[in-house]
Amino acid sequence: METQTVLEARNIIKNLGGNTVLRGVSIALNKGDIKVLIGPSGSGKSTLLQCLNLLHIPEGGSLLLDNKPVNFKNKSELYQLRQKVGMIFQEFNLFDHLSAKENVSISLRKVKKQGRKEAAKRAEIELQRVGLDDKMNLYPAQLSGGQKQRVSIARALAMDPEVLLLDEPTSALDPELISEVLVVIRDLAKNGMTMLMATHQISFSAALAHEFVFMEDGIITEHGSPKELLAENATSRTKDFCAKIAELTGEQA
Amino acid sequence: MSDFIPFITAQVIPGLNSGLIVSIKLIVPSAFLGLIIGVLSGTFRVYAPFPIRKISDAYVAIFRGTPLVVQIYFWYFALPYTSIGEFRIVMSAETCAIVGFSLCSGAYHSEYIRGGLLSIKSGQLLAGQALGMNPITAIRNIVLPQAFRNAFSGCSNEIIYLIKYSSIASIITINDITGMGRGIAKESWRNVETYLVVGIYYLALVTLANVILYRIEKKMEIPGFEKEQA
Amino acid sequence: MVDFFNPIIEALPYMVSGLWITVALVIGSMGLGLIVGVPFSALKVYGHPLIRKFIGLYVWFFRGVPVLVLFYLFYFGLLSWLAQISFLSFLPFNNAFFAAALVLGLTTGAYQTQIFKGAILALSPGQLKAARALGMSDFQAIKTIILPQALRFSLPAWSNEYSIILKDSALAYVIGVAELMSRTRSVAAITHKPLQLTLFAGLIFFVLTFIGVKGLKALEKKVKIKGYAQS
Ligand SMILES: Nc1ncnc2c1ncn2[C@@H]1O[C@H](COP(=O)(O)OP(=O)(O)OP(=O)(O)O)[C@@H](O)[C@H]1O
Ligand SMILES: [Mg+2]
Repeated sequence: METQTVLEARNIIKNLGGNTVLRGVSIALNKGDIKVLIGPSGSGKSTLLQCLNLLHIPEGGSLLLDNKPVNFKNKSELYQLRQKVGMIFQEFNLFDHLSAKENVSISLRKVKKQGRKEAAKRAEIELQRVGLDDKMNLYPAQLSGGQKQRVSIARALAMDPEVLLLDEPTSALDPELISEVLVVIRDLAKNGMTMLMATHQISFSAALAHEFVFMEDGIITEHGSPKELLAENATSRTKDFCAKIAELTGEQA
Repeated sequence: MSDFIPFITAQVIPGLNSGLIVSIKLIVPSAFLGLIIGVLSGTFRVYAPFPIRKISDAYVAIFRGTPLVVQIYFWYFALPYTSIGEFRIVMSAETCAIVGFSLCSGAYHSEYIRGGLLSIKSGQLLAGQALGMNPITAIRNIVLPQAFRNAFSGCSNEIIYLIKYSSIASIITINDITGMGRGIAKESWRNVETYLVVGIYYLALVTLANVILYRIEKKMEIPGFEKEQA
Repeated sequence: MVDFFNPIIEALPYMVSGLWITVALVIGSMGLGLIVGVPFSALKVYGHPLIRKFIGLYVWFFRGVPVLVLFYLFYFGLLSWLAQISFLSFLPFNNAFFAAALVLGLTTGAYQTQIFKGAILALSPGQLKAARALGMSDFQAIKTIILPQALRFSLPAWSNEYSIILKDSALAYVIGVAELMSRTRSVAAITHKPLQLTLFAGLIFFVLTFIGVKGLKALEKKVKIKGYAQS
């Protein structure tokens, strides 16, 4: 089967507050790819993800969606890209004035210009998919952290994204709520969703990921399959880093 | 237009300067009296026994619920028409203004003080009493100093309002900044220029008051009661 | 005792028609303030630096100059200048009610700009990001996500603003608007009974404050977001 590149970043450079936070990052996601972004705090993972969605406009480099370069300056291309590239935030960022169902349907109506009914129907399907059939009419303030994150995943999925970017989707959750979100992510993986996820959940993502991408100080320093990088006899930065996390969290790497 | 500068320097500014002194003589005492009234009535509304509490509530409701201009009109025009036997209250315009401003301002301060008091956890008062303080000592020394810090930015705002609303004194014949300005404008037929300068006087007063109040607030600041960042 | 109330009863129709002018003035000014305040607050937060500067200047001026002085400045000054510009002549610059509504509207507009701006800044910043991530334009995101929440949270402050403008409207008599205070003064001057008339005017303002604040409180309850702890 021929591999088809969905989203590709070439040599992305990004300055924030006078610092060069990304110093030439290239990464490509083929259809069905699951890549996991790891690296120390401040290494630029969130910044990279937000550049891929053009929430940050890079100062240098290029972005290709379905092999076509995206013009950052063109607003409509920018909105198009954001629709096709879904984003899950660490702190959920649900719209506080809208119920779970409305959170999912609002962008269908306002961005995709769907009718009220059609959007509501789709929202129900997506919420069912993440196991929230009975919480559709609750407001964000009435939901637990895990439920909020699942709504935010449903919200992104409703837009039929070609890629999903996840920025530490479980870091803001209490330990007992993490698994309900991981289950949803695992289902997405099973169904072939293309994903790039920043996370500290090493063992979970090692079982899922096709590739680990290790970032340090604004560049990608290592990448490869988790098996290679974490192998018994490997001497990778990734392995050291994972060992450190494992020590901290008591997780088996 | 060519005589704009001479007009401003020779007529407007000297006139407004004398008005400025009058305004300040109204604002400063009203601000202090208002604050005292506000602290007392605010405290009554939280801690005083039922009748005093209710009377304080009513005072605040009445003075916040009606326009200051109506209140001033009452003190200056209506009250002298009222007598109980031979007894009749007639106050000079300046006294009316200070009484009116203080009572109105006090009602607004009261609201902030009350809010500040209610935001202090009840444990503070209990702890004070547990040390053997009587309730009044505990309120005065433990609760009020904390509440006042919480209420300060509200009270600052109220003082800024007072500065602006002191212009109402001009409608009861007082020659404050606004009163002087009106006189100059009428005589010279140069409304825009005159009233713009009048406006600048108030902007300057308000800005100055803001600086002073901010300094005071900073001075009183203790950890845990920092000014909220806007 | 009946004698005491007589001046009020005799003047009642005259006073009531003044009451309607007061009500119209307040509604008009609050509406104008809303029309100014909503876009200005969004522009103050998200707009071009130059626009932000300009709005800052506007807010500073109208919050620092007394309403009374603004009435004089606009009605006797600025508006009579504008009235002489021919292509603006369709606007009733010489009309006292128009001038009063304009001054009060621009004043409360400045305060409302501050109120909405505060509410926008109090929202969790991630929501705008999330809306953008879904492909909404900034305008859409502000309109559908930010403002509906900011306006809700502004209701208590807006209600306070209503009661301030209601009270400020009593100053409009200085430029000759025949509202409640103006009528109170003229009846008092004719009858020499300022006491009962002043008290009566005070009572009406009190009731208007009460009704407005209660109404807005009910609105606040009605549009409250479920489970949301913020008032
Ligand atoms: N708005 C900003 N202005 C200035 N510097 C910023 C800004 N946002 C991020 N940075 C800096 O950019 C660097 C990369 O930040 P980023 O959030 O991408 O890191 P990260 O890898 O996601 O870290 P974490 O694991 O803590 O989420 C950090 O040094 C951070 O301090
Ligand atoms: Mg991050």
